[in-house]
Amino acid sequence: MSRQLRLSIYCAAIFLVALLGLPLCNFLAPDFMAQRIGGFTLTWLLLGVLFFPLVWIIAAFFIRKSIDLENAEIREIAASRPSHSENR
Amino acid sequence: MFTQLFLAAVDPWILACSSFTVLGTIVMGFWAAGRSRTASDFFVAGRGVSVGWNASAISGEYLSAASFMGVAGMVMSSGYDALWYPVCYACGYLFLLLFIAGPLRRFGAYTIPDFAEGRYDSPLFRRIAVVFVLFIGFFYTMPQMKGAGTTLAYIFQDITWFGRPGLPYPVGVVLVGVVITFNVALGGMKGITLVQAGQYWIKMFAIATPVFVLLSVYGGYGRQLQLNDSGAGRVQIRASETIRQALPAKAPADATWMNPFGPLTTKAAKAAKLDAPTTRRYALLYTYSLIIALVCGTAGLPHILVRFYTNPDGVAAKRTTMWVMVLIGVFYVFPPIFGALGRNWMPELYNGLSGVKGTDGIVLRLPVILRERYGMLGSVLSGITCAGAFAAFMSTFSGLLVSMTGALAHDVYGRILRPDASAADRMRMFKWCALFIGLVAIGLGTLVENFEINFMVGQAFAIAAASYFPLLFMSVWWRGMTTRGAATGMLGGGLCAVAAISLTSYTTFVTTMAGKFADRPMPEWLAWMKAHSLETFWAAHPLQRILCEQPALWAVPLAILLMVVVSKLTASSIPKDIRMKMLVLHAPEKLGLKQEYIREHDGAL
Repeated sequence: MSRQLRLSIYCAAIFLVALLGLPLCNFLAPDFMAQRIGGFTLTWLLLGVLFFPLVWIIAAFFIRKSIDLENAEIREIAASRPSHSENR
Repeated sequence: MFTQLFLAAVDPWILACSSFTVLGTIVMGFWAAGRSRTASDFFVAGRGVSVGWNASAISGEYLSAASFMGVAGMVMSSGYDALWYPVCYACGYLFLLLFIAGPLRRFGAYTIPDFAEGRYDSPLFRRIAVVFVLFIGFFYTMPQMKGAGTTLAYIFQDITWFGRPGLPYPVGVVLVGVVITFNVALGGMKGITLVQAGQYWIKMFAIATPVFVLLSVYGGYGRQLQLNDSGAGRVQIRASETIRQALPAKAPADATWMNPFGPLTTKAAKAAKLDAPTTRRYALLYTYSLIIALVCGTAGLPHILVRFYTNPDGVAAKRTTMWVMVLIGVFYVFPPIFGALGRNWMPELYNGLSGVKGTDGIVLRLPVILRERYGMLGSVLSGITCAGAFAAFMSTFSGLLVSMTGALAHDVYGRILRPDASAADRMRMFKWCALFIGLVAIGLGTLVENFEINFMVGQAFAIAAASYFPLLFMSVWWRGMTTRGAATGMLGGGLCAVAAISLTSYTTFVTTMAGKFADRPMPEWLAWMKAHSLETFWAAHPLQRILCEQPALWAVPLAILLMVVVSKLTASSIPKDIRMKMLVLHAPEKLGLKQEYIREHDGAL
């Protein structure tokens, strides 16, 4: 459970830095974020298009790691039977 | 004679596409009704739904009128500000995946109230949890009804209704509401899983196809945004280059529309006439509060969470969430493109305010501009987006109706009022509850003609963020939570959010109502309400206005704080079997500890 929680917090931290950092960039560096790239402003491109793939990557990473953790846990417990119920 | 007149006034393509969606939904609903026999079928579709179907069904239910029509309308009216909505609608699922989806599914209960009761062994808590299913549900059905009214008003804009042109907004709301309510009362949720999975693909097709056609005719996404650069950077290269239509006076200027702190987030500060640096600081605050509401709210939406119970196990629940994020993420790229196109090519909608002729209708109306170049193609594409709109509000309204009816029939009637009711009694009660809730939702829907669809959905998310999200998050991960702590936090945070939101919505409602009486005297009750509409208070206190309109920034921490403090004070009443409960929530299912909470109650169903 604690390993799963650590993994969740780690993934959430990456996500939150990106999500909460973007308004801050808009606030602190408005001219930089407003530069045009292929018609888009930089900040529009980041938020309206590129944000989705970032989240998919985080999610895919989390699911792979999370399922690995579960399987590892099952192996550990199987190795230390019969006193399994209190193992974490 | 009548039919001829009727058909002359309505575009046949638009009518055909819309009817196809409505009839398809109803036929599939009835077909499924013949196959759903037991209460378990009605509530969670028998729990054996594959990952692909379930992900499509969740996405189909989630993509509501707000996503299909509201996001485009709001991007058109507010610009960059409104982009936070689609992004956070999609990304909120990450929070659900990281912290809630797996454990909740392992715990195995039909509804959130089931979870609340199972985690805390307290029937009282079930009642509190039910209250918020209804609160969030009704706040969420209102924008769906606005979507229905707007769509029907558009399809029948040229007919004559008792001597007046166009179908009135409330008539559309009542028509759609009645059809869906009967469909749910007779069909249940088994049908809805199939129908909603299909409706996701209808919506995806309906939003993507017109965008590709429009972009190939009028230039790419980046090109549309470039047209909104009236600053020094904009140079017209060739004389033949397409120049967009002139913007009406009511449209926000280019610089404001592209600005990250635009019309939506600076509204309160502008009304108070604050200086530019302070306005920007308040806008940043507004943005953060909005982000918290949307991200945490997604993780606490009762009608979405119930779907995770239809996964066979926790691993499947995680895989489903991944696919949902891909499916809705791809979808959400398109509505803002519609908004940008709408600003350049159909700016006359800015004059329609936020009523049925306003920007909320852009997705339905925009393809019609193709008529002048390609004739019928414009009508066909407009028909397709109308079909998508029907799929959007029908699927979400049905889903909400099922979860609210489930709360009333399953929790209030089946568990609280008459625990000894027979299966037939329960089924009958389900139908009556569906009718009752449908009626209330229709009534509320007729009131919200002048609210932006997307804005209303955002408010429902804020309430979910301040009530269910803290409850689920803390209950799953903190073993020190007590019944009283959980109840106080959820009630405190949730009710404060409801109150704050109602205050600002009341002001908006009264102001827009009074605005209709610009050229004639107001009725007395409205004049009284106008005098007590808090408008002057908000103008003098922009910060309070922002914090009431977007309460998540303080309401979510408040709920969590209340939970921690009250739980610490009542630490002696932590459930005795908490170790076992935590094990059920977090241990891998392959260990064989899986305990379907509901199994104990199977005999009663």
